[in-house]
Amino acid sequence: MKTTKWRFFHLLPEAKLSEPVYLNVSVQPEDFDTGHELKQLKAATPQAGALVNFVGLVREASASGHLSEMVIEHYPGMTEKALQKIALQATERWPLLGVRMIHRVGTLTAQSQIVLVATTSLHRQAAFEACAFMMDYLKTEAPFWKKEIGDFGEHWVEARASDEQAKQQWKQPK
Amino acid sequence: MKITILYFARIKEVVNYSSEDVDLPEGVETIVALKSWLSGRGDTWQKLFSGGGVVRAAINHELVDDMATFDEDDEVAFFPPVTGG
Repeated sequence: MKTTKWRFFHLLPEAKLSEPVYLNVSVQPEDFDTGHELKQLKAATPQAGALVNFVGLVREASASGHLSEMVIEHYPGMTEKALQKIALQATERWPLLGVRMIHRVGTLTAQSQIVLVATTSLHRQAAFEACAFMMDYLKTEAPFWKKEIGDFGEHWVEARASDEQAKQQWKQPK
Repeated sequence: MKITILYFARIKEVVNYSSEDVDLPEGVETIVALKSWLSGRGDTWQKLFSGGGVVRAAINHELVDDMATFDEDDEVAFFPPVTGG
């Protein structure tokens, strides 16, 4: 599956041109080793004083019952672009040093890892906020669709209004 | 005008297509017009685009609203609200 790695320079006036932001976005069926990924992100951004990460998991039960599998469909081509756009928006808004995003697709079993978003920055606030921001945007703008399969049969997961509200809060002035 | 249409998730299952190439009559160049034109295919399509469920659209991999316009050879996609993460 497609992996994109690139470096670019902050557009923010206060940012130093000598500090490129490390971005690495992947969409893949394979599982990932979170410890390994964080170690790599840390190594890629040695100036970092903060590293924050979020890992989303397949719940073993949904409102409908016990889950045996979750199938994640996506829109190849658009998915990668959408994730890159979200990562770029975050780097424009916070002084980040590095971003690592991985989203899995295909058939996953209960408790599997689905998504990793990790950020590094000089100080913790940027890394914390940017990580939450990227998850809120990923939930509402990246073209993934989950289908739950279990003792209840199978059904598509419905989008939640609370996810949209979570994204909207980032649009309000602080 | 010829375009390619892709369908995803529940919508793909409802219409029973994952993609198709269509030749549109003159004047059908916005998402809303395309939805209306597809609705003319019958009950299933009509219900899909005018029923309660939201149908999102993208043109060439960019999320767009109903008034967005497309051109010859563009890739238009229809899908339900996204549920990743």
